[in-house]
Formats: sequence, structure tokens, C-alpha cells
Amino acid sequence: MAKQQHAESWSNGKSVLRHGDVPFRIGTVVLASCVVGLVLAMGVIMFVSSGEARTAFGWDVLVGQVWNPVVTDIAEPTFGAWPAVRGTLLSSLVALVIATPLAMGIGIFLAELCPPALSTPLSFLVELLAAIPSVIYGVWGVFVFVPFFNQVFSVPVSDALGDYIPWLAGPVATGRGVMVTGIIMAIMILPTIASLTRDVLRLVPNTQREAMLAIGATRWETIWLAVVPYSRAGIIGAVMLGLGRALGETMAATLLIGNSQRISESLFAPATTAASLVANELTNSVSSLHESALITVAFALFGITLVLNLGARLLIWYVDRGMAGGRS
Amino acid sequence: MNTPKNYRWRKFVDQFMRGSAVVATGCAVIPLIAIIGYVLTLGASALSVQFFTDIYQPPNMAQAATDGSEPAFDPNDPFAGIGATQDGAVVGDGSNPEANVYAGAPVGGVLHGIVGTLIITGLGLLLALPIGIFAGIYLSEYRNERYATIVRFCCDVLSGSPSIVAGVVIYVLVVIQSQQFSAFAGSLALMILMIPIVTRTTEEMLKLVPESMREAARGLGAPTWYSTFTVIIPAALPGIVTGVMLAFARGAGETAPLILTVLGSNVMSTDLFAPMASLPLLTYRYTESPYPGENTLAWGAAFVLMMLVLVMNILVRVATRRRAGASR
Repeated sequence: MAKQQHAESWSNGKSVLRHGDVPFRIGTVVLASCVVGLVLAMGVIMFVSSGEARTAFGWDVLVGQVWNPVVTDIAEPTFGAWPAVRGTLLSSLVALVIATPLAMGIGIFLAELCPPALSTPLSFLVELLAAIPSVIYGVWGVFVFVPFFNQVFSVPVSDALGDYIPWLAGPVATGRGVMVTGIIMAIMILPTIASLTRDVLRLVPNTQREAMLAIGATRWETIWLAVVPYSRAGIIGAVMLGLGRALGETMAATLLIGNSQRISESLFAPATTAASLVANELTNSVSSLHESALITVAFALFGITLVLNLGARLLIWYVDRGMAGGRS
Repeated sequence: MNTPKNYRWRKFVDQFMRGSAVVATGCAVIPLIAIIGYVLTLGASALSVQFFTDIYQPPNMAQAATDGSEPAFDPNDPFAGIGATQDGAVVGDGSNPEANVYAGAPVGGVLHGIVGTLIITGLGLLLALPIGIFAGIYLSEYRNERYATIVRFCCDVLSGSPSIVAGVVIYVLVVIQSQQFSAFAGSLALMILMIPIVTRTTEEMLKLVPESMREAARGLGAPTWYSTFTVIIPAALPGIVTGVMLAFARGAGETAPLILTVLGSNVMSTDLFAPMASLPLLTYRYTESPYPGENTLAWGAAFVLMMLVLVMNILVRVATRRRAGASR
């Protein structure tokens, strides 16, 4: 009886409950706007506090060759983060070159070839890789991977080929450098690319596969000529998201790249990345100009990852929409 | 039946490429097993009662040097550190604390880090929950609005931007203004990183609630806000809780923003407005430490972090699978 009255009071519009929708909508919109506001605030804060360095050096903050925060009698401090930017780009490039084919293989295996019983646990394992904190990759890299990789790859390869190929030149000192950082980053971005690739491949309609098999193609030809091209945009989007993750990776890079401002041709030589430069120096900054230059570097990272995200989302959304529309 | 001329070649390519996909998957699983295996074995050997009940103890290097005793291993040998951590318990039996410095037996514990991580991450999660959950409700209940697309994109920007950027923003906004590294600043930085996770899982979980439940509530005359709080959220609660757990696990492992905001501490501190210790920070600092004993502590701290992540992820996996099974 009581319940019935409850319901009636709603339909009559007399209950105060009826007027809850407006505050509910306002409340959710305001709190959702906090997310938007946060992104805008992050951009504005970094833009404003990077102003000093940007007016002093312009683009040289990012492409200048010399990073010298120390004030001396003979030289003004100079901030050119090219060594760090170069280290970021190189290590991310190494990571992408290694991770992209592997991740595509994993995505293809999980979506097309894997028996269903194996697919779920394997997907879980691959996603577990993404959940491991990056500092653990750093610890593992420092104590296990770098000594191992030094012995089986870096030292022999630089001994054998270092004289002929400058970017494989020795000497391999501690083993920390661009190459190992790139490899560890590759492990870290594998799950990002692989799971997204798997998802977009699964969106491909079965008619694509059936048509290809019906004209006598092998399984691989079906995958490579009918399935992968269909989701090419999505796979590129996945790679872009992986690149975004590699560019911004801080802890593994800080621990593994060696943090050296010297530019060296060799991939085995220590270098530095933009993120690890910020992590290492911001809390010890010696002047407001130094601080401002570091914030500019962080701002650039934010901007690049924002653009990559936007592009990747658009591509994945394009694929998703195209398939939902049932076009072929 | 006449087989095409290139049939054997095509069959070979098919077999080879499908094999490659399997090998690629193996390549992803090997580092995963290696990392988890190393952290679990080496980390477990670092565990002791003292590890969980004691705080930082300085290694007494000076005494060991004047002692004139031979180091237990060659400090220049990169592999020695690993051996020492494995054999630490054997060489350093506790009777000679100076020998322990070289032998890799840990001195002290990480209780301050565990307490600090719980406080910083817990507070960050508390701050992130209202924004995250209400933004998720907005995205799910008003999903077709244009503004929802903007909120969703901003969420992607937050989750895609490097974690160090959150640290930089809070460093500029809080640490510089208050002239003080503090646990609270760290919580704010973690909040930025946890909001997108909570938002997206809440949204996904609310969308999984069948439309018929919304219609039934509406049919009884319930206003949107009432049905959301009494019908839809309770139905999606297990899923939302798993999202919150994942956010906690992600936040607990973040290191880069904490370097810029919390700074770390060697003493037990529960003051929110002072620097505090935290597990990932200890892992990072102890990894870079020259003392094998502290390196062992790094493995131990990594072990605790890894267990947190593994347990959370497996719990989430079990919970969501049961859910998926029940709704079928």
C-alpha cells in the first residue's frame, strides 16, 4: 500500500523527489566539467609558467644544443633541451621499431589464430604487462636486463661492428643507454598496441574473411590482405597511442638511459630523455629560468601526447564508426 | 585437380607467418614471466619481519671500510649485485652488520614507505572518487550530448598524458606556492591520474546495466536521479568497485609525479603537509643506491608493489568474469 502511494505521489508531481532531476543534472555536469577544467588548467598553468624560458630562448629551449643551468663568471646559463628531445625521440623510435611488429603479431594471434580457450588467459597476461608499475620495469632493467643484454648483445656487437657503424660504436660502459631504454619501453608499450590491434581486428566483419577464403586464399593471405587492411586506420591509431606512452615514459628511462647531456651517435652510449630531465632536475632547479625551461619541456611533452591522443582517437573512432555502419 | 604453381610457396608463407604470430606472442609472455619471476623470487628473499616493521637504517659503510675486510663480491661486476641479493641471507648471517653492507643483506625496512603509500594513494583516491564517479554518471546517462564527447576526450587526454606532467602541474601549483614538498601535493597529482580510470570504468559499467532496468524504473514513475541512485548504480556497483581498485593499484605504483611533489623521506611521517616516504619512491632511490643492502630493499619494495598490482588485477578479473557469466 505504501509503495503504491509512493508511486502515485511521483505521477502527481507533488513529491519533492520530482524536483531532483535539475540538481542531479547540474551536479553531474559540474563534476564532469572538472575533468575538462583540469585539462585546461594543466595547459594554462604550464603555458604561463613556461613563459620566462620561452621569451628568453624561443624554440631554442627545445632544439638548442647546450643545456647548462650553472651560472658562472664566464658564461650565462643556457637552456637547449635538444639532447633530451633527441634521446626521447631515439628511444621511442627503438621502442616502436621493436614493439610494432611484435604487437601486430600478438594482436593477429589473439584475434584470428588463437583457440578461444587460450585467448582469454593470454589477453589477461598481456594486459597484466600494462598494469605493472614502470618503476618495476626500471628495477628489473637495472639489475637483470642491462647486465644480461650487455654481455650477450651490446659488448659483442659493438666490438664486431662498432668500427663500421657509428650508431653501434662502443665503448659500452655501464650498459645504460638509448638501446636498453628503447627495449624496455618496447616491452611496456607492447600491451597497449597489442590489445588495441586485437580489438580493431575483431571488429572486422566476417564477410571479409569468408569472401577471401572462398576464392582460395590461405589463412595468412586472408588476414594480411582482407582483415588487416580493413582495420589499418585503427592499427595506426594503436601505434600512435603506444608512441605517446613511450614518449612520456619517465621512470624506466630515468633509471636506464644514464642521464647524460652529451650527444653521442652510438645507441649504446648514455643519453637523457625529456621526461627524465624534468624528473631529475625540476626539484633541484637553480633559478627560475631553469625551472621555466624544464616546465617548457614538460609542456611540449603534454602537447605532443595530446596531439597523438587526438589523432589516435579519431582514427579508432573512424574505424569503429565505419564498421558499425556495416560498410564493406 | 590441378594445384596452382605457387601453391607450395603460398603454403610455406602461410605457415611461416602464422608461426611468427605465435612467436611474437611468446616474445611478450617471456619478459612478463621474467619480470614477475625475478620480482617474486628476489623480492621474496628480501622479505623479513624487519622489512615490514622497521624503517630506513643507514648502511654503515665507513666502519666497513676501516674494518679492512674484503668485500664479499667485486663491486665492479654487474652480476655480483644479483648474486648478492640471492645469497645475501647466507653470507650476511646478521652477526656482523658491516659485512651485511657488502653482502646485500637488507638493513632496516620499508614500513614508512608502506604507510606513506597507503596515505598518499588513499587520499588521492578519495579526492578522485566524487569527480570520477559523477563524471562517469554524466557520460553514461547523458551519453549522446555533444558535451559528453568533449568530457570523454578530456578523460583520454588525462589518461594518455605522461604521469610526470601531473607532477609538474602540481609542483608549480602547490609545491612552489606553499614552499613545501608535501604528501598532500602527491595526493593531488595522483588524483589527476586516477580520475580518468574511475570515470571510464564507471561509464562502462553503467552502460552495461540493461536498458530494460532504466525503462522499468521510468515506468514506475521514478525521476532520472532517483532511478540512477537506487537502481542503476546498485546494479553496477561491483563493476565500479573494481574500477576503483584498479585506480588504487595504478596510483600506488606511480613514481614520477611523487618525485616532484612528495620528495620522499627516510623517517616515519604521517604529516600530510610534510614530505613522506612512499614505496615506489623507495624502490627508485634504493635501485640507484650503491649499497647492495638497499638494492635488496628495492627488490622487496618492488615485490610489495607487484603483489598489490597482481592481487588487484586478479580480483578484478575474477569479479568481472563472474559478472559477465551471471548476466548471460
